[in-house]
This record gives sequence, C-alpha cells and structure tokens, in this order.
Amino acid sequence: MPQGDYIDLHRKRYGYRPDHFERKRKKEARLVHKRSEIAQKALGIKGKMFAKKRYAEKALMKKTLMMHEESSTRRKVDDDVHEGSIPAYLLDRDTTTRAKILNNTIKQKRKEKAGKWEVPLPKVRPVAEDEMFKILRSGKRKTKQWKRMVTKATFVGPGFTRKPPKYERFIRPSGLRFTKSHVTHPELKATFNLEIIGVKKNPNGQMYTSLGVLTKGTIIEVNVSELGLVTPAGKVVWGKYAQVTNNPENDGCVNAVLLV
Amino acid sequence: MTMEVEGGEGKGKTMLCLLTDPDGNPLGTPVNFPLNTEPQHLQQIVNQLRQNEERLPYAFYIADKELVESLGKFAEKNKISVEKVLHIVYQPQAVFRIRPVHRCSATIAGHTEAVLSVAFSPDGQQLASGSGDTTVRLWDLNTQTPLFTCTGHKNWVLAIAWSPDGKYLVSGSKAGELQCWDPRTGKPSGNPLIGHKKWITGISWEPVHLSAPCRRFVSASKDGDARIWDVTLRKSVVCLSGHTLAVTCVKWGGDGFIYTGSQDCTIKVWETTQGKLIRELKGHGHWVNSLTLSTEYILRTGAFDHTGKQYSSPEEMKQAALERYNKMKGNSPERLVSGSDDFTMFLWEPFLKKQPKTRMTGHQQPINHVCFSPDGQWIASASFDTSVKLWNGTTGKFVAAFRGHVGPVYQISWSADSRLLVSGSKDSTLKVWDIKARALKLDLPGHADEVFAVDWSPDGQKVASGGKDRVLKLWMG
Repeated sequence: MPQGDYIDLHRKRYGYRPDHFERKRKKEARLVHKRSEIAQKALGIKGKMFAKKRYAEKALMKKTLMMHEESSTRRKVDDDVHEGSIPAYLLDRDTTTRAKILNNTIKQKRKEKAGKWEVPLPKVRPVAEDEMFKILRSGKRKTKQWKRMVTKATFVGPGFTRKPPKYERFIRPSGLRFTKSHVTHPELKATFNLEIIGVKKNPNGQMYTSLGVLTKGTIIEVNVSELGLVTPAGKVVWGKYAQVTNNPENDGCVNAVLLV
Repeated sequence: MTMEVEGGEGKGKTMLCLLTDPDGNPLGTPVNFPLNTEPQHLQQIVNQLRQNEERLPYAFYIADKELVESLGKFAEKNKISVEKVLHIVYQPQAVFRIRPVHRCSATIAGHTEAVLSVAFSPDGQQLASGSGDTTVRLWDLNTQTPLFTCTGHKNWVLAIAWSPDGKYLVSGSKAGELQCWDPRTGKPSGNPLIGHKKWITGISWEPVHLSAPCRRFVSASKDGDARIWDVTLRKSVVCLSGHTLAVTCVKWGGDGFIYTGSQDCTIKVWETTQGKLIRELKGHGHWVNSLTLSTEYILRTGAFDHTGKQYSSPEEMKQAALERYNKMKGNSPERLVSGSDDFTMFLWEPFLKKQPKTRMTGHQQPINHVCFSPDGQWIASASFDTSVKLWNGTTGKFVAAFRGHVGPVYQISWSADSRLLVSGSKDSTLKVWDIKARALKLDLPGHADEVFAVDWSPDGQKVASGGKDRVLKLWMG
C-alpha cells in the first residue's frame, strides 16, 4: 500500500485520535505565529520570495475586504468635482488635450535679433568638407575637378531652378532633396509631418546654410499652420523653428524637434 | 413720385418687374422699371405702396441673389431676359442698426474654473455665467464688476437659462440637479430640483406669449429624458421619456410643442400638457447636436425689444409678446433646423410633416451649433471644421462660408438686427462676420484659452464671452 494510505487505513479502522481535533486546531492557530517568524527570519533569496508571496496574499485580502464593505445601494451620480471642466457639448467627446502653445512673438523677435537660441542640441559633430562633398570630374579628359556633389540631405525651395549645368559648381541631387520633415513637439510629445519653409542656420558654416544642407543640428523653419496656433494678439502662427535631430542622409527622412 | 415709364421697344430701357413679399404675395401690379433703378428707389416705392408711415429699410432679392447695384447691371450680370416679368422679393430689414463690437471693454475675473455658459437676460440688463467651479455668477453691466455669486450646485454648472420675463434664472449642473435663482438678489429661490439621474445638457423656458408669468421650463439630460418643471410648484410635472440615448438639446417652440434632439439620431416632438409624443423626426445618421427654431430669438426675448420698454403686468407682457411672435411668424409654420455629427443639417417644418424640407450638406466635421438669425432669414452653423456657414432661412440653400478660424468653432450668436454674427472658437479668438458683405468684419483676440460660450446682448450693445481661461470678457462697440 502507498505510504500515506496507512494513516487513512488506521483512521478508518479505529477512528481519529482522541485529541486529534484539538491538536489540529491549536496547530493551525500556531501557524500564524510560525509564518510570522519565518517572514522575519528568512534571509536572502528565500526571504525575498516569501515576502513577495506574502504581499500578494495581503493585497488580495484587502481587495476582498473592500468588496464586502461596499454597500449595495447604487449611488446616483459621481460626487467628485473634477478638474478640467468642459461645456456640455464637449462632454461625450474625447478631445486630445493640447498644451496651450501661445508664443510671445515679442520674445521671439528679441531672441532672433540677438542671434542666440536655446537649442536642444547645442553641440554637433562638425562635418568635414570631404565628407560633405564628393568631387566630380568633368571635361573631355576628366581632369577638371571644380564640381562638387553634396552627399547630405538638402532643402531647395519650391521655385528652385538649377543653374546651367556648365556653370553649376555645387550639385544637389534630387534624390537627396526633402520638402517635409517629421517635427516633434517637445511638450505634447506628438509628431507632425510639416513642410519645411527654409534652412535658417547650419552649424557647420554659412556656406552650407546658403546651400540648404540638412545635417544634424541644423535649424530649419517649418510651416505650423496645421497646428492651429494663435498669438495673444490674435494672429495665426504659421512658421516656427525646429532643429534637425537625426542624420537625414542615413535615414531617408528628416526628424526635427520644434523650438518653443 | 412718378416713374418715367419709357415705352414699348423697351429692351435697352425698361424691365417689367413685380414686387413680392417674402411669403409670395405680390405688391401691386407689374410695373416697367427703367434699368437704372437702384435699391433705394425700390425702397421708396415699396414704402409708398405699403403706405408705411416711417421709411423702413428693405433688401431686395431676385432668385435668392441680393440686388445691390442697378437693375440693368444685375440683369446683364445674370443674363435675365427682359421679356418676362421679373419677380423681386423684398425683405424687411431691422430698423435699428447694431454697431459691431470691436474692443474688449472689460476682462472680469471671478470664476475659479473654466466658464462654461454665458447668457444675457431678455431685456439685456443683466448677465449670468455658469462655470466649472460649481457657481453661477451674476455680473453688473454698468460697472463691469461681479454682482452676485450663487453657490449651491454640487458639480460643474453646464447650462443656464433666463426666463423670458427676466424674473428667474435656472441653472443645471453635471450632478443632474437644477436650481432656480432670483437674479435681483442672487439667492436661490427654493431647493434644488432633483429628478434627472445624469447631467443636464440643456434648458428651455416656456414662451411668455403662451403663459405669463413664466412658470414652466423643460430640461434635457444625458439620462435620455426631458422633464418639464414648474418653478412655483418646485417639482417636475411631466417627464418626457422615449429617447434611448442622451438628449443633447431641447427647445420649447412658440406653438406649444417641445422639440428634443438626441444622440440616438432622432428628434422628437412632444405635446406639453401630458407629455405625449407627437412626432418623431428621423433622418440623421449620427448624434443630433443642436436645434434651432426660426422664432427662437423672439421666444428668448419675450416682450422686450430694441426699444427697451419695460412692462408692469404679466398680461401686458403676454400681449406684447404675442404680437411680436405673430408678426415674426407670419403665415408660415415654424421652421426647425438640426445640426448633427453626421456633418449635415436638416431643415424641418415639424408642424406640417415628418420628412425634412431640405438637407444642408457641406461641412466636413461635426456641426456643433446652429442658430437662426433673429429675423429668421438666415441660418448660421458652426462646425469643428473651423468654418461657419450661412444658409438661407426659408429654403435652406447654401449662401456663404466664413473661413478664418484655425480651430473648431464652438458657439455662434447673432446681433439683434441680423446683420452681424459673432463666433467663438477653440483657437481662443472671436470673429465678427458681416452678413451683407459675406466676409469677416472684425477679429477679437484676447482670450488666453479656448472660448466656450458667447452671447450677444438683445439690445446689441455688448458681447460677452467666456472660456477655459476663467475670465469673462465684455466687448463693446
């Protein structure tokens, strides 16, 4: 017979021990103290595992107690007065909460004049000229080397027309030209696909600014009219600065963060 | 005054025209007008033919197009044949002219949470606003300072409504309770009226020409029913249940019916003595957001008009209100316009039939607010697609779109002479639009956050607006 069945067989034949139930009761009562002793004395990983199990039990017990305490009478309305009151016509709609981005144009103008900007990326890796340009050989014997092709992403305006090929020194390939950028608003944490209006400043030099090269750290101006921003004077804001945060020539897209 | 009628060959010289009033009845017989008649000449003629004692202004419309230059130029532009009789419809314009408001005369702080609703009293002397801080505040218009603060609500005050005789102000809150206030002392007149289980979405009083002094009003709630309350008995007399989803708006019509629009896409017409459902107007594909009646302005202002006359007894008020109402209504039935989340509006004549008269499409986002002009000629609609559209008040045909806002337009309000329209939007600006020129008249920036409520006072002097920035702004001309 299996080991544990002997006890059962004895109980069947002779019944329980006279003090069996009392001993059982007392042992169970002592269990509480025993558990508490283990909880306090257990060390190391064993202690941690035990503590975790014990906490789960505690949480479950609390929940069941709360459930029992809840009265069965249904309360008619929610009594708390919440923040962020909205009128009745907006109550059933979930509108995206947008932080109010009312910029002070005077402050902006002053900052612009000073030429100082607090930018998210103050220092960027300088890009060397041989990395930026690829030398193109031209001429019948391919000895002339005055042409350069830009290897980074660029922005040319909508009305851009190339110079006559015989005279153009810097070639901006159309495959590397971008018109839109993914601009993230730092506070809203939302990204919008906005049109680039122009390149304001490239930290590598004014030549690159005039060429419209987009490298990491370049300040660009983007069209924010779709965000619906209004100045305190009531004018609609349609252009804001943003700083490029990635290497567009590697990723194939221009990512930027809006400068508020 | 004699008109020089130049004879018969007439192709280049005169045109045969017949003046008709808005209902279609002709005024006089067809007359040959020379082609250089201007609207002011036509005005003089109409005044004479109607034997008006004072010179009343009129606007003239040929096939829904307004006549602004001489007849000849109009005919050339629109290639009208001079052989047939031309019907010229004349529309009476308001005698008084409201000056557009263009400056913010006061920014009154006082509320500690966003201002959710703003309403002028029917005589234009008092202003009340309800807010998210659970109070209703009354403002003094002469000194532009707070007058009374009425506390007592348990949650945000979502809707307020003045009784048409100006004696009571009722406010409804998010907790589903309504409270009556005495506007002269700012004290509540009685305990809160409990009955609704969820928040109140709209309140409308019984017109004063049906019963004076004003006793009953109807309130709509999210729990799907509308209740008629009596302020003297201080309890709910009838409960209009039937809608399966929230009732978003309710209007008490001048002919004694109650119209309720709901999120279950239907509009129900109720009878007021027993609360029986008379008609159900189906047609919308999504929530019905807003209702407006052609006589709404008259019902709201009751017996008060631009002359500012005060009435001593309720019977006098009832009589005067009845006269005004009949004059405004004329022979045509009351029209109802409903704006919905399905981007369209319907023009109904609920007295006549269940089918809508016209479907007004064109908006690209849900329509939040529709409003008839005070003279019933125009319908304006404000939508989340940032535009305000103007429609013809009798036929429902599209007239013009007002673009300029960069955020959803929340509320609109007409000036008392129907010539100007103010709109408040999420982009924190208010814009005043000129109806005659069909263009933007003025921009009113100044709010720091979304504008939730606008109201133009019935005497046309002031516009009040409130929003999320917790201040109430008063704009004056």
